[in-house]
Amino acid sequence: MSGHLPSAPDGGLSRHGVEIVTAAAIAAVGAVALWDSRRIGAGWGADGPQSGYFPFWIALFLLGVALAILVEALRGPKSDEAFLTRKQLRLVLSVLLPTVVYVAMIAPLGIYIPSALLVTWFMARLGGYAWTTGLAVGAAVSVACFVTFEFWFLVPLPKGPVEAGLGF
Amino acid sequence: MDELGLLFNGFAVALQPQNILLMVVGIVLGVIIGVLPGLGGANGVAILLPLTFSLPPVSAIILLSCIYWGALFGGAITSILFNIPGEPWSVATTFDGYPMAQQGRAGEALTAAFTSSFVGAFFAIVVITFVAPAVAGFALKFGPPEFFAVMFLSFASFVGLSKSSPTKTLAAMLLGFLLAAVGMDTVTGQMRLTFGSVELMRGFDFLVAVIGLFGISEILLSIEEGLAFKGRDARLRLNVVLKTWAELPRYWLISLRSSLIGCWMGITPAGATPASFMSYGVAKKLSKDGADFGKGRIEGVIAPETAAHAAGTSALLPMLALGVPGSPTAAVLLGGLMMWGLQPGPMLFVEQKDFVWGLIASMYLGNIAGLIIVLACVPFFAAILRVPFSIIASVILVVCAVGAFTVHNAAFDIVLMLVFGVIGYVMKKLDYPLAPLVLALVLGDRTEQAFRQSLLMSQGDLGVFWSNGLVATIMAAGIALLLWPLVNGAYQALGTLARPKVTNAP
Repeated sequence: MSGHLPSAPDGGLSRHGVEIVTAAAIAAVGAVALWDSRRIGAGWGADGPQSGYFPFWIALFLLGVALAILVEALRGPKSDEAFLTRKQLRLVLSVLLPTVVYVAMIAPLGIYIPSALLVTWFMARLGGYAWTTGLAVGAAVSVACFVTFEFWFLVPLPKGPVEAGLGF
Repeated sequence: MDELGLLFNGFAVALQPQNILLMVVGIVLGVIIGVLPGLGGANGVAILLPLTFSLPPVSAIILLSCIYWGALFGGAITSILFNIPGEPWSVATTFDGYPMAQQGRAGEALTAAFTSSFVGAFFAIVVITFVAPAVAGFALKFGPPEFFAVMFLSFASFVGLSKSSPTKTLAAMLLGFLLAAVGMDTVTGQMRLTFGSVELMRGFDFLVAVIGLFGISEILLSIEEGLAFKGRDARLRLNVVLKTWAELPRYWLISLRSSLIGCWMGITPAGATPASFMSYGVAKKLSKDGADFGKGRIEGVIAPETAAHAAGTSALLPMLALGVPGSPTAAVLLGGLMMWGLQPGPMLFVEQKDFVWGLIASMYLGNIAGLIIVLACVPFFAAILRVPFSIIASVILVVCAVGAFTVHNAAFDIVLMLVFGVIGYVMKKLDYPLAPLVLALVLGDRTEQAFRQSLLMSQGDLGVFWSNGLVATIMAAGIALLLWPLVNGAYQALGTLARPKVTNAP
């Protein structure tokens, strides 16, 4: 759901616009799946239905249903109802963006340090705590995770250079 | 009364000390999961599923199913005390539960809610005990066309019974089937819909999808509401409990009706949420004090809680007997069965007697333990919500990430989880139902296999789905449910044409 997003009167997102974009996106998924199923063969092979047979029909129906939703949304009355008001959008992004950064950091740094940082960030920026308090709680959460998973459940989680430096 | 003997063997399994301990741990974890926003029955179970591999299957399912019971109980706590439904199925409980709490009758409301939950669940377990083996025995005669027909019926009933728009229900379901097809085709070994990506070759694991769709999206939804929880006093005194218990038998008719509604909605995969709303609506309509509903009537708590718990519990009946789950959480449990190497479906009752009856016996015990634990520990559970949102939300995000990773030890799954979270958030806001998507994702491969095997039997003739009375009946019922919204819509359109224009409530 990238590209230019439809805007509502107050600068948030309009429900009408998001509805249309979503239906179009689902239709696109259907179309791509249709094409791929055709490519690998959606007919009847020597040994029964080919691999693309089932997905082909599913994709075809999905495309049809998505287009129906799209037409319904385009023809329906264009209400001013907001999908997200500007204020809500900011709140949601204040959670979503740090989470995206968190997930991106897991690959290079392992899971423990980004987790501590995520808790710290949430507490300090959203909860209004002092950075030091946040850092303390964040570190405690990470250590608790480490002990629980690495020792108790014996499930190794992703680790980065810092953990390696500490000998794990 | 073969069942009773088997049930007693089941109790012997469930009453092993390790299993009792797991039961209590499961209930407590479940209530916590039910109380917290962003962690629900389905994704709570999904996160913990990979950690149960070291347990024997029967212990694992006892732990996980008890988490489910706990989550069912827990949803009511936040609904009544905070006016925040911890779970979708407890939304209807807020209508009368929260006003009762505001009037200082929180203890009464909580006792009624927990006891009704217990009654609903108990009713459903009795149904499971006696009906499931019969259904399974019947289903042993099923071939691939019949299995496909049963799956078709359960997916069709989503469209027919769901409150969401039928086109959106269909879209969510078909999307689920497509996601299930991604990866290697189990019959021919060919790659499908992977577009050359190595990461996609494994396909989409439904556990990762569930954690994102139900967990991450829930966090994003709850942040919209702002960050503070304001709650009522949560102490529960014994005399209030006893007084409410003395009062409850008067409402036996509502309980019975709600249990029946719940069981029906749970076995057909409509699920606990519509069951609770329907039961609340029926209770309101049939009560002579219907107008007082929403102002703190105890019936308004009894009806939705009984139905939600009956539905949530009976959703396990088709999962056990047919291998077709009745709710997203049942779908996750079914996924668990497959991971533990058990073949879900009617053969389970023949080959895995200890497992099935141990599970059923644990349902009785788990719900009794659950009732005691929630009644005793309400203040503790309510205190969890007093932890600031900034801490709860970030810790839940970390737990979700860890849960998604442990499914396959793949860091890429954490990225997928986040993508599913955003998709789930947008879908929820636009009223696309998520349950059909998850069920289709879980059942996609098996549905396709049944379909392909049927076509192989008939050399490609679709007539195989009408070849005998049984399969034709199931298919006809499915098609009727699929077309139900159209018929209903046409009927209502006729009604509006015939009648002078009346403004309808939305």
